[in-house]
Amino acid sequence: MPDVTFTVDGNKLTAPAGTLLIEACKSAGIEIPAFCYYPGLSLQAACRMCVVRIEKMPKLQTACTTPVAEGMVVQTETPEIAQARKATLQLLLGNHPLDCPVCDAGGECELQDMTFKYGAADSFYAEPKNHREEQKWSPVVYFDRPRCILCYRCVRMCGEGMDVFALGIQNRGSSSVIAPNVPAQMSPDDLAHVDCEQCGMCIDACPVGALTSGTYRYKTRPWEMNHVATVCTHCGDGCKTTLGVRSTSDGAEIVRGDNRDKSGINGDFLCNKGRYAFDFANSPDRITQPLVRNSSGVLLPVSWEQALEHVGKKLRELRDTRGGKSIGVVGGNRLTNEEAYLLQKFARTVLQTNNIDHHRTADYVSFAQALAGTTGKAASQRDIEKSPAIFIIGGDPTNQNPLTAWNLRSNVRLNKARIYIANTEEIKLRRNAKAFLHVAPFGYSALADLMSGDDSTLESLVQPGTNKQVALDFRAALRAEEEVVVLIGSELRGGDLKKVIEFGTKLPGRKFALLSDYVNSRGAADMGLLPDMLPGYTPITAGSNLATEYNIATEPGLDMLEIFDAAGKGELSALYVVGANPVARFGVDPAALRNTFVVVQEMFLTETAALADVILPAANLYEKSGSVTNSYGDLQQVNKAGDRAGVRTDFEMIVRIADKMGANMRALVPFGKGLHADMGQTRGAQSGEADRHAVWLTANNLEPRLSPFDPMAILDEINRLVPGYSLLRLQLLSGNDQHLSPAAPSDLVQITNRRDLVLPANDGLFTSGTLGRYSAMLADLQQNAASRTAAAEQTAAD
Amino acid sequence: MPTLVSHPDEVKVISRRFGMGATDIDKYVELDGYKAVQNAIAEGPEWIINVMKASGMRGRGGAGFPTGLKWSFVPKQSEKPKYVLVNGDESEPGTCKDHVIFLHDPHAVIEGTMIAGLAIGSKLGFIYLRGEYRYLLKIMEKAVADAYAKGFLGKNIFGTGVDFDIITQSGAGAYEVGEESALMESLEGKRGVPRIKPPFPAVVGLYGGPTVINNAETIAAVPHILLMGGEAFAKLGSERNGGTRLFGISGHVERPGVYELPMGYSLRKAIYDVAGGVKGGKKLKAVVPGGSSCPVLTADEIDVGLDFDQMGKAGTMLGSGGIVVLDETVSIVEFALRTISFYQHESCGWCIPCREGTDWIKKTLTRVHAGGGSKKDVDNVQYLAENMLGRTFCPLGDAAAMPTLGFVKKFRKEFEDYIDGKKAGTPIITVDQLVGAH
Amino acid sequence: MSTIANTIFSPEMAARFDKLVTIYPVRRSALVPMLLYAQDDLGYVSDAAVAEIALRIEILELDVRNVLSYYSMLRTKPAGKYNVQVCTNISCMLRGGYEILDHCKHKLGIGHKEVTPDGVFSLEEVECIGACCWAPAMQINYDFHDDLTPEKVDVLFQMYKDGQGKDVK
Ligand SMILES: Cc1cc2nc3c(=O)[nH]c(=O)nc-3n(C[C@H](O)[C@H](O)[C@H](O)COP(=O)(O)O)c2cc1C
Ligand code: SF4
Ligand code: FES
Repeated sequence: MPDVTFTVDGNKLTAPAGTLLIEACKSAGIEIPAFCYYPGLSLQAACRMCVVRIEKMPKLQTACTTPVAEGMVVQTETPEIAQARKATLQLLLGNHPLDCPVCDAGGECELQDMTFKYGAADSFYAEPKNHREEQKWSPVVYFDRPRCILCYRCVRMCGEGMDVFALGIQNRGSSSVIAPNVPAQMSPDDLAHVDCEQCGMCIDACPVGALTSGTYRYKTRPWEMNHVATVCTHCGDGCKTTLGVRSTSDGAEIVRGDNRDKSGINGDFLCNKGRYAFDFANSPDRITQPLVRNSSGVLLPVSWEQALEHVGKKLRELRDTRGGKSIGVVGGNRLTNEEAYLLQKFARTVLQTNNIDHHRTADYVSFAQALAGTTGKAASQRDIEKSPAIFIIGGDPTNQNPLTAWNLRSNVRLNKARIYIANTEEIKLRRNAKAFLHVAPFGYSALADLMSGDDSTLESLVQPGTNKQVALDFRAALRAEEEVVVLIGSELRGGDLKKVIEFGTKLPGRKFALLSDYVNSRGAADMGLLPDMLPGYTPITAGSNLATEYNIATEPGLDMLEIFDAAGKGELSALYVVGANPVARFGVDPAALRNTFVVVQEMFLTETAALADVILPAANLYEKSGSVTNSYGDLQQVNKAGDRAGVRTDFEMIVRIADKMGANMRALVPFGKGLHADMGQTRGAQSGEADRHAVWLTANNLEPRLSPFDPMAILDEINRLVPGYSLLRLQLLSGNDQHLSPAAPSDLVQITNRRDLVLPANDGLFTSGTLGRYSAMLADLQQNAASRTAAAEQTAAD
Repeated sequence: MPTLVSHPDEVKVISRRFGMGATDIDKYVELDGYKAVQNAIAEGPEWIINVMKASGMRGRGGAGFPTGLKWSFVPKQSEKPKYVLVNGDESEPGTCKDHVIFLHDPHAVIEGTMIAGLAIGSKLGFIYLRGEYRYLLKIMEKAVADAYAKGFLGKNIFGTGVDFDIITQSGAGAYEVGEESALMESLEGKRGVPRIKPPFPAVVGLYGGPTVINNAETIAAVPHILLMGGEAFAKLGSERNGGTRLFGISGHVERPGVYELPMGYSLRKAIYDVAGGVKGGKKLKAVVPGGSSCPVLTADEIDVGLDFDQMGKAGTMLGSGGIVVLDETVSIVEFALRTISFYQHESCGWCIPCREGTDWIKKTLTRVHAGGGSKKDVDNVQYLAENMLGRTFCPLGDAAAMPTLGFVKKFRKEFEDYIDGKKAGTPIITVDQLVGAH
Repeated sequence: MSTIANTIFSPEMAARFDKLVTIYPVRRSALVPMLLYAQDDLGYVSDAAVAEIALRIEILELDVRNVLSYYSMLRTKPAGKYNVQVCTNISCMLRGGYEILDHCKHKLGIGHKEVTPDGVFSLEEVECIGACCWAPAMQINYDFHDDLTPEKVDVLFQMYKDGQGKDVK
């Protein structure tokens, strides 16, 4: 659209023709008040707060519906306009309970702000206000009708934004009311409820305190909290969540989650897990003291010093007597990149083992190998918002990657993007798709063939009885698209995954992303929590920089299943588990670990922790700093929000154990500035690491790290050594996401016939692996959803 | 059954066939029915629009927009189908003129719809009647069925190769649905709330297609205008206000009824001659001249011609042509309260000023009426109405604010006296009744 | 035969609905009249009616409820067999509308939106029904009765009670 020039309050402005006046003004720093307007949602023009005076127009006009036009002359704050806004506020306040002192929105309420600005607090109505009882629509959504100003943001957010349509408007005139989709008379408890995804986006959009959150209500006031922006721990989308934190006697309690400033990779969005499921951190079940099993098999609390001493001594002994190869290490998907990197480095250089793995939730190795040698082919989360076409194979973003689904929907709604879906299930996103190909069960392999131009398996691709032409048309339509993001579900792996990507890389304008679960599943793989791959998908067999730098054995270690097989055979002397629950996840027979020394860093007494000889109480992602990488390869900073007395970060524990083992700390964690440069020279390949680090930092105007417990020290090393992780530190520190695309170096031999150990977590909206079990809110939501389903079945049967 | 009235001053164009059995299709044809549409097919869209422009016909729905001009706004080329919508939602208090058209001359509505369709290149028309008009809907449904049976509607009408269909539709009780965009929402199966304009219906209307929407009387007049010629119709009326219109005269008059009078006809004569004067020889107190949304005229303001422009000059509106006559016994406080109660009940609730404004005015006047008012309440009512005027999403807010302002400005003293316990008029609404109904 | 198995509507109404959804450019256009006709058939729009209509129109029940609650003629509770709707808007008010309403209340022994114990009559005060020139007026179900006086109302009630009243749907 060509730019037009217009005048607002005497300022000459330009904006693309068609821009809404309210947006054009906002870009120029002129704030026009609005209740009903919400960027990206349909226009409402209902609140009349945004009225402005436009020359040559007889009446005040709503800035939220008026597109800017050449030569337009606008006034946004005249006495006439102020009066109109004041009158509107007076009308609203007439029935408003004015219970600001106890309202959750107090201090963050747009009605309060407006009233303050336009001075409409004086009420001249003698009539009593309409009082209504507050309603509990779900464990997380409460509705206080008298506070509602009927801006319909919630209704639009739920329908247009979430594609859920759980909220409506009922009655009319002054009886109008926001109504949920389960009316009282249809509910077993005779109360109205919402049957929905419980995302809480309605609460977020509500400009006042009419919709409030079950986790936060009446807990505290906004100004009594510290607000820390970090990354949600639950899924691979990596939403930014701002945690509201309050000090308590034993730390800092998280009381609220939201995306306060609507910035970051997720913009407006946050799903129910990002918003409410921080509560595991406050769980009374948390382990807050190191526990060591005594000779009679009972876990007893000991001091940190004793516990670390014990672990260090024992691991050193086992390594020295039975060899590093007798030790297994399992890392987690919720660790920071720095922790994952440090863990594998510790395993490989200190424990001297390559027996290291993690719960793989998608085949990132094949993904990286398929993209080897290409540039700009890895899609970021932000591409999903903008790409004109998206092809989704497998996966179910609505339930498993809610931000991805949100971005897809927004892209369709706002940019008319075309979505093509091929799936064995009739996933909900097909409602927003241009084309849906219903793939036969186990048909993804055939689909990969089809995409790569091989029609021979067409028969096994389509659902029985479906016209095969549908599949061919689907492919033709997709091929005709000039720019496509190919979003791949974790069902596709190995050869199939490579086929889909290799075919696509031959076409211009294709980008790819592989979806996974958990906040740092991608980071765990990128950082080399793998028996056969060093960080950055560098095969361990090849003589790489990393291998040289580490000075380690170049034969692959045992993978997850082999580690437990070895344990079963009595060949595993020690198992070190950091933030994972492999025993439950892989159905390990507890007896297998009988003769293994098991150390587990955990928050809770999980199935794995219960078998441990030593449990070290761990901090969770919300209690530490560092970085994480989402499924797409977008790197973001994690900031410490909560705190719990007695626990330590995994980073610190690894460092302390290494120290107790007598490892060379400066080689493990490069810290300090140039102090021991000479010492380095005597250490061959590892020489001068700390020094180079310091040089780099100085060159980038950053302070060198002085403590071995500072994850930033490791980040520098990641930055320097991990292929694809050439990140911009300043970008990261200022809270921006950066798209990285680690891909296996193309000149290295690719390992074929790797064992497929991918086990998708398949977490839905109300589950989150083992961690989810410790969130009371998620448990409530599961139960709530189950009771809704039961009620629905009951009615259907009647 | 509504009684038919007549008066020598009437000029019967639209009501020409009333009482002549024209609901019967053969009778209608005998009375020159379905001739105009055949002419229209022969002459083409441009001709139709020109005749309508020449006729000086201004929409009878209330706003008085020139019909020919409105039709000419519809783009000739359109990717989406175009539609004709007949607005028979007639819900403005004081208005019952479309009622008699549906009752006596349903085919004129059908024929007019067809002609409007031809003029804009539409093949489908909707005739929307308010839900309460079920018996009239039945009459319309039968007329449409008869027209189909004769080949006047459907494919290849009159053997000319032209297709045109009509669907009749029932509302379910909502004044706001009379507003054109709200009517489209209702017809699309939604809550009857208005749409943001622009785009205007002529460009983006029903189902997103260009749409002409007209009042039922406007549409029923079309065949007559085509038959008599635009200029001839124009000449019947006053300057820039072509032809005749149906006026419903109700309230305190001797002979209430729907009369067809030339545009510009004297309001005084309409009350005193046509409708036989104030009932029981009482004194005239005030007149609401064009449906309840028009500001009231006092007894000495009725020497004004009944057309859009003269009424505008007199500070009120011609509106829907529903003249409501109030005699000296009426309490204006009570009348104002009953008027605002209607708008409060019918506000769709979409925008704040209308939803809350009507509610607060009503609450305040209810208290005043019950004897609990203070002088400040009159100021408050005026303040509220002034702040609604021109600020609401759709004209319903204005329709509530304008009469309210008329009452408090012209009868301020009566409000103040009422508050002081000197009640003018004879209140007939008991406090009890108000609590019950609204 | 209805396209919906186990329809709750009468066979005629079900057949009518089958057709109704097909005549418009968009299925949903059938919603408002369908709700009103459903009410004619059942006496009110029941939860079961909402469910079936949602199915017929292919929209959510919530959507049906949103629309249903907007229109003042639609009700979700049964009314009397004969629903007496007295207009008290301005033209009727001036010619005795309130008197008629009071008379009805007295005669039927019920108030606004109430139903007589025998279920024969219900009463409602309504806004303008488009009979201003023949005021005072009321509707009994869909039938108009004009120029009312209390005496005329008595006669009408008796007629309806005796099953002699007009009742066209
Ligand atoms: C609140 C409101 C109610 C209205 N009700 C009606 C109505 O019942 N009948 C009608 O014809 N026009 C009504 N109108 C006017 C219509 O919006 C529209 O202007 C009219 O149907 C156009 O037809 P015309 O050009 O033939 O007058 C109403 C307008 C408003 C704002
Ligand atoms: S609940 Fe909140 S978001 Fe919804 S309409 Fe009311 S004020 Fe607006
Ligand atoms: S923001 Fe424009 S009317 Fe509400």
